[in-house]
Amino acid sequence: MGAQLRIYRRRMRSVKATKKITKAMELISASRIVKAQQRVTASTPYANELTRAVSAVATYSSTNHPLTTPSPNPIRAAILIISADRGMAGAYSNNAIKEGEQLATLLRGRGLQTTSYLVGRKAVNYYRFRNRAIAGSWTGFSDNPTYENAKEVADALMVAFLADAQTEIGGVDEIHIVFTEFESMMVQNAQAKRMLPLEVVESDAPVPTGLLPMYEFEPSGEKVLNALLPRYIEARVFNAMLQSAASEHAARRRAMKSATDNADELIKSLTRLANAARQAEITQEISEIVGGADALASASAGSE
Amino acid sequence: MTLNVELVSPTQRVWSGVATSISARTTDGDLGVLTGHTPLFGVLVDGVVSITAVDGSTTDFNVSGGFLSVSNNSVSILTETVSS
Repeated sequence: MGAQLRIYRRRMRSVKATKKITKAMELISASRIVKAQQRVTASTPYANELTRAVSAVATYSSTNHPLTTPSPNPIRAAILIISADRGMAGAYSNNAIKEGEQLATLLRGRGLQTTSYLVGRKAVNYYRFRNRAIAGSWTGFSDNPTYENAKEVADALMVAFLADAQTEIGGVDEIHIVFTEFESMMVQNAQAKRMLPLEVVESDAPVPTGLLPMYEFEPSGEKVLNALLPRYIEARVFNAMLQSAASEHAARRRAMKSATDNADELIKSLTRLANAARQAEITQEISEIVGGADALASASAGSE
Repeated sequence: MTLNVELVSPTQRVWSGVATSISARTTDGDLGVLTGHTPLFGVLVDGVVSITAVDGSTTDFNVSGGFLSVSNNSVSILTETVSS
């Protein structure tokens, strides 16, 4: 076998092995998207009810809660970025990180300092590589977050928010969240949203319509709000994590699908090249034999 | 007249259906809800929420904190963890 042919064969083997891996990852992600989507759907009733409740309380109780009133002169804002733990998902993590950068620039333009809270190894590595300060980071659950994970993150954010930003280093006046919204199988958008102080009017899911009733609060409007808001933040973070997880799987499936397609293309063109090389080898051998036979024939003809 | 009840946790809808009465424990004490209850929003403490369905059967759920909201004969109970 010719040297050229051997090289082509070797490359084809390695591309085929890679293709098997990417194909497997594609199939795994495809099956996980469905599960992740179901989890998003399952968490929606709770989030909707909570949003409705928060809007009702914020609308009808005349309490001036710190969580609903913006600070008059904010000095620091927290940004929570939700990214992936693993790569192989195309630009998924990058998009979220970039959206976070844009938000940070915007906030700095308003004269605010920013502190970063990161979810997912990719974002952590990005910040660590650039030697940036990280206020808090959580890793290891980006593709399958539980409510406990969301609670942990939300608790840290609430502590920072409730601390006084004017006097304490860790205190923040605003909390923003950057996550990837799962719109459909093919469309996922990195988004930045303000979580605190509340913008109760905006909500991800359509809130059941109809006038909000005049609630009686037990024990009191303010106490209800005190109890309600941490849960609301947890639910928002949880929902963002679930959507990001679904988006991560969708992005990975898409990236792996195009990798598999590319491997197919590569194998096809390598096969052509290998065939041409084999044919060239055969042609050369034939012409060598014919040439040799010719030379023998003319040599023996001359001796007679 | 009946109550439309939804008992939801962050991960799933635990119970949803039509009921005649509900009892739960709020921070102010035990609370019963029948049809025509005035709109109410209460904070629940750890305890038992029992729902009596229209067929007369009663289901008890152990909840760890949460909220109860009543309006127009529909009741939603939000809680973090539930076990029946």
